[in-house]
Amino acid sequence: MAYLDHAATTPMLPESLDAYVAAAREIGNPSSLHAAGRHARRLVEESRERIAAVLGARPSEVIFTSGGTESDNLATKGVFFARRDADSRRDRVVASAVEHHAVLDSVDWLAAHESAVADWLPVDAACRVDPAALAALIDEHGDELTVISVQWANNEVGTVQPIAELAALAARAGIPFHTDAVQAVGQVPVDFAASGASALTVTGHKLGGPVGVGALLLGRDVGATPLLHGGGQERDVRSGTLDTPGVVAFAVAVEAAVKTQPEYSARVSDLRDGLVARVRAAIPDAIYNGDPVHRLPGNAHFSFPGCEGDALLLLLDAQGIACSTGSACSAGVAQPSHVLVAMGADADRARSSLRFTLGHTSTGAEIDALMAALPGAVERARRATAWKTPRG
Amino acid sequence: MSGGVDSAVAAARAREAGHDVTGVHLALSRNPQTFRTGARGCCTLEDSRDARRAADVIGIPFYVWDMAEQFHESVVDDFVSEYAAGRTPNPCLRCNEKIKFEAVLDRAIALGFDAVVTGHHARLGADGLLRRSVDIAKDQSYVLAVLTREKLDRAMFPLGDSTKTQVREEAAARGLAVADKPDSHDICFIADGDTKGFLAGRLGESPGDIVDGRTGTVLGQHDGAYAYTIGQRKGLDLRVPAPDGKPRYVLSITPVTNTVTVGPREDLAVDTVTADRPIWHGSSTPVECEVQLRAHGEVVTADVTVDSDGLTARLHSPARGVAAGQAIVAYRPDPAGDIVLGSATITAGSRAAETVAAETVAAGV
Ligand SMILES: Cc1ncc(COP(=O)(O)O)c(C=O)c1O
Repeated sequence: MAYLDHAATTPMLPESLDAYVAAAREIGNPSSLHAAGRHARRLVEESRERIAAVLGARPSEVIFTSGGTESDNLATKGVFFARRDADSRRDRVVASAVEHHAVLDSVDWLAAHESAVADWLPVDAACRVDPAALAALIDEHGDELTVISVQWANNEVGTVQPIAELAALAARAGIPFHTDAVQAVGQVPVDFAASGASALTVTGHKLGGPVGVGALLLGRDVGATPLLHGGGQERDVRSGTLDTPGVVAFAVAVEAAVKTQPEYSARVSDLRDGLVARVRAAIPDAIYNGDPVHRLPGNAHFSFPGCEGDALLLLLDAQGIACSTGSACSAGVAQPSHVLVAMGADADRARSSLRFTLGHTSTGAEIDALMAALPGAVERARRATAWKTPRG
Repeated sequence: MSGGVDSAVAAARAREAGHDVTGVHLALSRNPQTFRTGARGCCTLEDSRDARRAADVIGIPFYVWDMAEQFHESVVDDFVSEYAAGRTPNPCLRCNEKIKFEAVLDRAIALGFDAVVTGHHARLGADGLLRRSVDIAKDQSYVLAVLTREKLDRAMFPLGDSTKTQVREEAAARGLAVADKPDSHDICFIADGDTKGFLAGRLGESPGDIVDGRTGTVLGQHDGAYAYTIGQRKGLDLRVPAPDGKPRYVLSITPVTNTVTVGPREDLAVDTVTADRPIWHGSSTPVECEVQLRAHGEVVTADVTVDSDGLTARLHSPARGVAAGQAIVAYRPDPAGDIVLGSATITAGSRAAETVAAETVAAGV
């Protein structure tokens, strides 16, 4: 099988899996006072320190969660509630138009249920947010903004955003700035303190750790109303018994991913560049989407004019090649991607897109396998598009 | 794969027969919440999940294909305009003709597949003949008879040799959780089963007369002729009782004058049925065979002629409730399953020399 869908989830690193299994054999609730509890707590706190150390955070800023979705919900809803409670004039939430649904739908929910006003930052054709747009918004509505959320890197087209610039604008106005760095950690350098962000989302299963565990890095002075109430763990912001083996394995993976990032990035972007060149040579009218420079090393995203991304996916899957249309599903029906639409693509181009993402296990042989199958699949998918033409 | 038991078992059998099978669920609603919810319908999120789960158990790839636009144009809009024209359409038949064995088949062929397998209860064996299922009560050959030779050659119906009970047992034995799912009934795109309300919402109210077919007397009013079907007795709400006190039935619907004509049961009887758009697999006509005039309707012996004008059936015994827009399907009785000779869309039924529903035809076009 050629697995070209690492942005969906990437295999666990062997050292992370080993750490998971070792910790899972032990007993102890990190909140318990006895020896077993103390031992578990030690594992959790060491993990917190390891993560903080490699991501430029203080240990107390690491809040363990169940993953990216929960961290994004907490950073948007939780910070919104806290900021509005502190000053009822604040009722606006800012996010880029190309956020993951975990942010997008949280903001929509705030608009629908909490009468929040959503401000969507537009992107250019390469999917980049223009800091000037944020500056203008802050000028106009600075006093009313609760939280600003812009992803570090896009999960579909791989565009990396000018986070430091955006965070600086927010910091100057005293508005909390959250960044969803789920796709970025381990792929590009990510340093929480240096970025100037107030909150940062990271998840285990995109960087070689287990699924179902992640963290929100949350500045000490950033208030967030808890979404989960209970035992008061994690600064009282996120209740729930800590998943010791998950946290341990997550920390091992974060540390490994960050430490190997430079070599990883060089190797994988080489592979990716080879893939892109070969796709363009084989299918000259393929459109390479996203930013050619500010881009995740493992991401290659194309539109294949005249094809349905769905059909390509089916045809490649049948030949053992796993990739993604990158778009969200409702009832399994692919909707045109909001990311491509925000980039100005028409519905046909959005629907004809396919995402290949590489990761730490990727090899040249997988790209060879893709290239053996893709041209035929594109040709076939083009023919299949004719089915849409209504007949009398 | 609708998410029901039949298509799940059909997929499993096709796979077991050595075919390279891919499961496809059709998303037919523009808004998945608006179609029937729960286990009975065919187009809900829950059904899509059930279908996916069945595909996983069988071990085949599974995809959802969005056919909402085509379904709307070819089936839902057609359903409404047929009623508006005074005819009684069969949307399941239309869906087989235009969606499953046209839109889906065309796309599948283009993607490199050879055939469309469905869980219909009908037999299609090596001889290429379409026959009734062994389970007469569940037989669906009536709604498949519209398929041309070309389409039948690309179709597989693996369930025709089994009864519904056997299919359910097999589903349970295969560990398919859909084994106990209730059968779907009614029309999948009318969420609450209220066809009249659905049509009223699309066509608006359009009051007109209910007329006595023998005397021409106006007996009452209706809110829209589309709400009536030929042979209907209930819900006429007539103030004036019939002179003989017997119930009255809808005999015909005339959109041009917006009238519904009613009369006694005996006036419903027709002995000649004409139909257009014939699909004929049988040999030369006239031929004596059996005809079925409605889904799950009675079967009567007839002499059937097919020519360039369409199909004409002279019934050996009169039939009632013959509605324009329904299919007439001709069968040749056979011990190995009655064989479909062909089908056509009913335009009119008539009795002796007198035309009963011909005005429906004239008005409809
Ligand atoms: C950018 C981004 N944010 C959030 C998520 C959600 O993370 P999780 O799967 O850990 O809930 C994902 C992955 O699905 C993602 O790509």
